[in-house]
Amino acid sequence: MMALPNISQLSTAGPEEILRPVRPWFIVVTLALAFLANLLPLSGIAIALKPDFVALVLLYWCIQEPRYVGVGVAWCVGIVMDVGDATLFGQHALAYAFLAYSAEFFRRRVLRFPLWQQAAQVAGLLGLCAAIVLLVRFVGGAPLPRWTYAVPPLVGALLWPAVTLVLQWPQRPQRGMAEL
Amino acid sequence: MRHLPVEPPAFFPRGPSPLSRLAVFGLVSIGLLFVDTRYHYLEGIRSSAATILYPLQLAAQLPGQALHEVGSYFVTKRSLADDNTLLRQQLVEKSATAQGFPVSQQENARLRTLLELKARYVTAAVAVEVLYTSRDPFAQKLFVDKGTEADLRPGEAVIDAEGVIGQVTRVFPYMAEVTLITDKDHAVPVKVQRSGVRSVLYGAGAGRAPELRFMAPSADIQVGDVLVTSGLDGTYPPGLAVARVATLERETGQIFARITGAPLAGVDRSEHLLVVGRAAAALPRPEEPVEPDVAKKVGKGKRKGPGSP
Repeated sequence: MMALPNISQLSTAGPEEILRPVRPWFIVVTLALAFLANLLPLSGIAIALKPDFVALVLLYWCIQEPRYVGVGVAWCVGIVMDVGDATLFGQHALAYAFLAYSAEFFRRRVLRFPLWQQAAQVAGLLGLCAAIVLLVRFVGGAPLPRWTYAVPPLVGALLWPAVTLVLQWPQRPQRGMAEL
Repeated sequence: MRHLPVEPPAFFPRGPSPLSRLAVFGLVSIGLLFVDTRYHYLEGIRSSAATILYPLQLAAQLPGQALHEVGSYFVTKRSLADDNTLLRQQLVEKSATAQGFPVSQQENARLRTLLELKARYVTAAVAVEVLYTSRDPFAQKLFVDKGTEADLRPGEAVIDAEGVIGQVTRVFPYMAEVTLITDKDHAVPVKVQRSGVRSVLYGAGAGRAPELRFMAPSADIQVGDVLVTSGLDGTYPPGLAVARVATLERETGQIFARITGAPLAGVDRSEHLLVVGRAAAALPRPEEPVEPDVAKKVGKGKRKGPGSP
């Protein structure tokens, strides 16, 4: 249990910290990297565990930088994902648009919590995203997937603290090691 | 609390509200979904977008390839020697059949020319490598690294060393989409190698074994039978191994037996595949039976014909 306060200390910038403004190209690069991660050729158990990195990174930017990344950007990224995954046109687009909207809706609330509690809420949002994909495919006549369908959003939520720390790193003001 | 340029208060114009944006984009995506499932209008857009994304997809292969190369560099001498013995054994086992093959192929060719049959298959086969598997849990698809430029065409069968993997369903300029035999919407006409009973093997989706539907309980089939393609569909060349019968339930009171097969090919693991050209000349379709009333009219006309002069 001692680890938890430590994690929250390591977490997002505190109220006394002022983050540097994000560079737009950094958002683009991280989204492209997430897209690459989604296309990684995997097999076996890894493919059942693999979270939707694009949804995760998109969610981060929607929560942190709603002025740059919103419903429209999420929709465009979704279309790209649909092509990359050879799924129906609009399936990921719809899911990501909903994800961006719910991020916009919940962002002030999510940001109040320490990272590991944020992860629990992120699990809910990623689950919503997966549920929309499921709904679209179910209406389109696909059979219900097995219970492993619920695993990737949970893995994504577990990765949330790491994703936040990494993506926020360039924006943190320089600090001495003593302060850390 | 956060960075200095905080988001402006609501009375500054920020464009349409998120909810209205969601409504617009949601409607557009539902429209796209509808058009894509019903009318397949968007294949051209998909194809060009896939071409643009191809470098990214290639880049996604790099980490895996690097890992693989590093791994293969450190393969122990011991395992190489083991592999060698195994391969030599396999070579000996297969050489017996292989030696007979040219003879029977010649014989076959002679017989075919005698029968004046067209060569039924394009002998050309293209070796391809798996780029990545689709992340979509609702469909069983993978992408291979050749496309229109290697003259792949939709409908061609894809096999690995053990048997059928699936068939090419979409072809992009530099890659192609292969639907696996385990996909829910995929079916392979097969026959039981031992008894020759024909059936169709339906995919059942991720993690479920493909099944033979509509087989009478009395059909001559046993657990362990090998199913090979029958070639009746003109898509899969006949004689390719597909699956081995895994379970077989003949319940009294059921019209059909419940039979599932385990694919022989490494459907979810093979990396090097072969695309086999489809049958060059599909057999002509039998003529549709003429409708009875049309037949009568034709018959009357014929009868009138000789009578009128």
